[in-house]
This record gives sequence, structure tokens and C-alpha cells, in this order.
Amino acid sequence: MPPQTLDQILEGRRSQPGQLIEVLQDVQENHGYISEEAMQAVSRGLGVPLMEVYRVASFYKAFRLHPSGKNVLTMCMGTACHVRGARLLLDQATGQLGVKPGGVTPDGLFSVERVNCLGACALGPVVTVNGSYYHHMTPGKLRKLIETLSRQETEDSQNVQAE
Amino acid sequence: MSRLNSSRELEHLRERLREQRQNIATTVMVCGGTGCRASGSSAVIDAIRDELSRQGLDLSVRLCVTGCHGFCEQGPVMIIEPGNVFYCHVSPEDAFEIVSQTVMKGEVIERLLYTDPVSGERVQTESEIPFYRAQDRQLLSQNLMVDPCSIEDYIVAGGYSALTKVLNAMAPEEIIKEVKSSGLRGRGGGGFPTGRKWSECQEAPGDEKYVVCNADEGDPGAYMDRCVLEGNPHLVLEGMMIGAWAIGAWKGYVYVRNEYPLAVKHSRIAVEQARELGLLGDNILGSSFSFDVDIARGGGAFVCGESTALMASIEGKVGEPRPKDVHTVVDGLYHKPTTLNNVETWANVPSIILNGSSWFASKGTQGSKGTKILALTGRIKNTGLVEVAMGTPVRTVVFDIGGGALDGKQVKAVQTGGPSGGCLPVDKFDLPIDFDVLSEAGSMMGSGGMVVMDEETCMVDVAKYFLTFLQDESCGKCVPCRLGIDRMLEIITDITEGRGRPEQLDLLEELADTVSQTALCGLGKTAPNPVLTTLRYFRSEYEAHINEKRCPAGVCKALITYLIDPDKCTGCGVCLRACVHGAITGGKKQAHVIDAQLCQKCGICRSECRFDAIRVA
Repeated sequence: MPPQTLDQILEGRRSQPGQLIEVLQDVQENHGYISEEAMQAVSRGLGVPLMEVYRVASFYKAFRLHPSGKNVLTMCMGTACHVRGARLLLDQATGQLGVKPGGVTPDGLFSVERVNCLGACALGPVVTVNGSYYHHMTPGKLRKLIETLSRQETEDSQNVQAE
Repeated sequence: MSRLNSSRELEHLRERLREQRQNIATTVMVCGGTGCRASGSSAVIDAIRDELSRQGLDLSVRLCVTGCHGFCEQGPVMIIEPGNVFYCHVSPEDAFEIVSQTVMKGEVIERLLYTDPVSGERVQTESEIPFYRAQDRQLLSQNLMVDPCSIEDYIVAGGYSALTKVLNAMAPEEIIKEVKSSGLRGRGGGGFPTGRKWSECQEAPGDEKYVVCNADEGDPGAYMDRCVLEGNPHLVLEGMMIGAWAIGAWKGYVYVRNEYPLAVKHSRIAVEQARELGLLGDNILGSSFSFDVDIARGGGAFVCGESTALMASIEGKVGEPRPKDVHTVVDGLYHKPTTLNNVETWANVPSIILNGSSWFASKGTQGSKGTKILALTGRIKNTGLVEVAMGTPVRTVVFDIGGGALDGKQVKAVQTGGPSGGCLPVDKFDLPIDFDVLSEAGSMMGSGGMVVMDEETCMVDVAKYFLTFLQDESCGKCVPCRLGIDRMLEIITDITEGRGRPEQLDLLEELADTVSQTALCGLGKTAPNPVLTTLRYFRSEYEAHINEKRCPAGVCKALITYLIDPDKCTGCGVCLRACVHGAITGGKKQAHVIDAQLCQKCGICRSECRFDAIRVA
């Protein structure tokens, strides 16, 4: 399905302030993040002051106010993953890619997110890459995974240049 | 399917569906829960489906993609009936063999069977597996019978007959009386008596009332609500319908975490299907009862597990709690009387109505009735979802069902109740799973997360972990929570980084006490629990960090060094090549050495070593 436009998302929900979170969820799902323009449009559409839209968008963890990287590594920091060494994985990802949790690499290829729990606790520690699960992770396995992804990105960009 | 206009039409539909399925000789139940999907069950499901159709068996064999079976560690798992044959770690390549041997001829494939880690023997049926044997799976077993996206499956399994029972034969007061005498208490954390909540809401003035299902499950390390909502959404809806009829509500909401995409999807499908059949909407089954449900996606804020914050969030606002001088049963969602129950609580309602309150109350202890689903995770052999009768000792869950610690280590503690709960040491393992007993011991039931910790878990680090979590999740509205957690975290960070001073422990206790007495909502009031219980039961670990600048479990980076055991090291060179910091040296087939100056303590060498030669001290 092609991403929905802001107008499509707001369709049927205009002037319903109670729909704010649902609308922001859909904006995020379709556009990857919530831009300032989107917040303005949502504010006008629902009749909610822009400040309140920003307050809600910045309060909830689910919302990103900046675009994410091309590859999103999500590190589960739940208790079950924590006691099996999730902290080492987060350090590995941020150290190897040179970003802070929540940040994007300067080339825009990777971002590292931390999440409170993915609910796959029995398989911890869990890391997802663009939504695919990698379970029972170790720092060594994660290092290789990131190396593989980086190599693919380099090859992809070379192929594009060759074409 | 067309709309059902009476209970009789629902019964006819049930009979017709059952007749249609009479010819099905074999059922293959593959787990399609989040855990097994993470292990690759989607590909297994496709492969089995293709294989069945290739062998011309699509009509005589039923492939049922179910919700979570509970034994996530062994995923992808499947059960084949008749025979109750249990296969684990199944891959798509096994599909041909499974269909041609087990489905066609009833022959069992040895290599796919589960091996009991204690006896080392292969176990053929699901019911013989020790992990399942000690359980009492009242709710989880229903997951095995239905495809969560099929209302037909739910109806065939007897679904919505509790709804018809209440609509035809029970007045709202009778329902509430039944729920009260069952002794059902809220499964989300507090353990408030459900029947009392319902009756207060029913008695509250006003025509407009709401029921809400809390599926926000913010406790890290717990996923039983996800599993129930994802695996059997109609069961939750039926419970909500009965509750709505009892209190007089015409509108309900399921507030579900957006991090649970499958639960969002399945509950949406379930609502659509129920509307289509007239089980939601106006004049349900021809009665005077009208009720509808909407799905609201949570924004990922732990504080939204608190009732007033959750309701603010459904209204599209920031999830900040408000003082509960007037309870939400009177002044709740949109300032109307609202009954908020957790997923597991709602899911228990239909069977209480069908089997009677005395059936439900026959299980459990004096103060805690029925069964409880626990998420058994952490440093333990058998991880997964476990459902036991209330009153079962913690020891039974950790050792008989969980199989004890990994790799011959010693279990040290179990953390129950998530960030609001606490850590119980092994000498408290004879305590029963019971709301009141766990609270008295300084922990709490919470939603049922049980994270097992062993000798390699640092209890100070665990306290720091929860404080970090809570600092991040505090909404910031009240001062004790916002600043109190901050200060406690500062002290604990000092301790884990070698700057701790003995007098800080008293200060920590004082702060913890103040926060728990003065914070506005449940999140703040219980936030000090992880600190208080670890201080109470594991004070020696705090003292080792402060006085000896040593982390006994080998976790706190500032206080540990990585060492190679020369007796175990074979000089294979794997760690040397893996170390990106160039901190490891050593010749071929000679014991290697780590240079403490260069070592960044990233843990790669330890995770790569196949001889268990690298340790931390």
C-alpha cells in the first residue's frame, strides 16, 4: 500500500481532538516520523493547539520527531534481555556505529533505538533490524550483523554508481 | 457470514460449523505468536501449507495458526492431533517429512521431539513435557484451539456461549454477584477485587459508562497480556461484553501497545468480525443490549498503565495521572463511570460465567483465586509463559517448570512485578504465588513477570536498571517521583562506578521511603521497591561495591576486569581475531592474555570463546 497522505489520514477525523494520538500514530507509520509541517496540519485538522500537538508528540516514546536512518536497529532493553546482557549490545551498537541511542549516523544509513520491551522476553536478548527479529544475541553476533549490513550498503551504493 | 439475530441463531451456526469440521481427521497447530514468529514460524507455516496442498490434503487436514503456546524458548513449535505430538525448533525444510510421515501415517519424527534437559530423554507428547506438566493452563490452553483471526474457530470451541447465558438468563446484579463470589482480582498489578469494581461502577450515577481493557503491558519482561490478546482476542472481547452488560456500558476501548503489532492487528480483526455477526453493535443477538468496542493504540509510556493516565491517553491527551480523590469507577474516561480491567482479568470472565464462581474459587489460596499467567524469563533453562494455580510456590515455577539456572549456575533471585515489584532471594522461594504474600515480602505480583537471576546478575545493577527505566518513564508531574528517582539513580550510579560511600545507603533508604509515601500515582509510590528489596535481601552486594570496589557478579564495568583462564584457553585465536581493540595477545596454541589497559570490556571475546576460558573478576 502506498503511504497515506496527511489529508487521507485526517479524513473522517477532522475536528475530533480525541483522535490526536491515533492520527499521530498513522502519520508516523506512513511517513516514518512526525515533521513540523505534519504537526501543523494535524493541529489545524483536529482543532488542537499546535503546542498541545507538540506536547503529545514529544511525550510518547512511540513518536519520532526526526527521520530515522535507512536501517533501524532496535535494542530491547527489557528486564529479561537486560539480565542476559542487553547493555553490552547497546554499547556495541552505539560504539560501532558512533551514534547515541535515538541518533542517526551522519550518512543516514543507520539509527539505533532502544525500546522498553518487545515482548519476546523468552528469546532474549533480542535486537530487531528493520522489524526482523534476531534473538539470543551476543556482542560478537551483533558486531558481525552490523558489518554485514554496512557491507551491503556499500555494495548497493557502488552498484548505483556503476549504473 | 450474516448477522445473527438471536442466541438460537448463534447455536445453529455453531452446530453447522462443527458438522463441517467432522471430516477433518488431523489438525496441525503451529504457533504463530510473536515469540515463534521471531524464531521463523511464518516460513514454517507457509511450507506446511504448501506441502499439504501439494499432497492434496488441504481439505482433510486442518492447519491452524494459533497464538502463543507458551514454550517460546523452543520455537517454532507445533502440535499434531490426534496423538498430541509436539515438535520444536521446526524449520521449513521439515515440512515434507512432517506431512508425509506424521500427518499421513502417524509416524513420529524423533529428531523434532523435545529433549528433556534433566533426563536427556526425548518426549513425544506435549502433555508429558515437564514444562507443561506442572502447569494448570486454563487460559493458555484455549490459545491452542483457535486461530486468532477466525471467529468461526472461537465459536466452534464454545465461544460466546457465556455471552448468550448472561443475555438470556442473568440480570446485571447476578453477574456482578457471581464475579464477586469467584474472588477474581485484577491481573494487571494491584489485585483489586474485580466484582467490587464492577458493582461500584454499576451503582455510579450516569447513563453513559465505559469499559476499558488495559493491554498496554508496560512492564518490561512481561508479555502474558500480549499473548492472550494476540492469541485469543474474542475471549477478551466476550469478557468485555459481559462486563459492559453488567455495569450498563455501551462503549468499550481496548488500549493496546503499539509495540505489539500482531495484538493490534488481531484485536482489530476480531472487532470487525464480531460487528459483522452482530455480536457488537445495536441489539446484540436480538437483545436490548447495545455495545461497541474501539481499539486505541498506546504511545509507549509506562505511566499509561496507571488508570487515570491511560484514560487521558485514550482521550488523545498526554498520559499524566491525576489525583484519584474520586475513583475512575465514578469519574473515569471523559469523566464518566469507567471500569478498567487488564486483558487477563477480562479473559477470565467468560469461564467464570460458564463454570460458576465456585469452580473458579476452587483453585488458589484464601485471598487469591484462580490461575495466573507468569512470564518466566531471564537466566533460566525453560523460558516462556507459564500458567499455574494461585498458591503454587515460587520454587515450583522456577525449578520444576523453569528447570533451574542455565549452564550449571546457581539461581540467586527472582524479580516479580516489574519496575514496581522487587527481588526475592532463593530462601523466599517457598512463598506461594499470591497477591498478599508477595506484597508482604516487599515485592508484588504485578502483571506476572518473573525474571530469574543467577550468580552472574548484579543486584545493584538491577536496581540501577529499574531506576533508569523509571527515571525515563516518570511523567514529571509530581516532585517526589521526578526528583526522588533522579537522586536515587545518582547514588546507585556512584556505587556501581566505584564512588560509593557507606553513608549513602542510609540516604538511599530515606529517599526511597519519602518517594513511596509522597508520590502522586502508583508508578511513583512503587518506584523505590526494586531498591528497597535489593537493599533488604542483597545488602552485602552493595557493601562489596562500596567497601571493596568490587562487583561480585562481574557486571558493573567500572569495577571488573576481563581475564583469560590459562588452564581453559586452548590458544585457538578466536578471541584474538574478534577483539577490535587489539587487547588480546598470545601465540598459536598458547594461552592468550588480555591487556587490561586496552580492554574496553565490550564482551565480544567472552561471547565468542567456545571453551568458556574468559571470565570477569
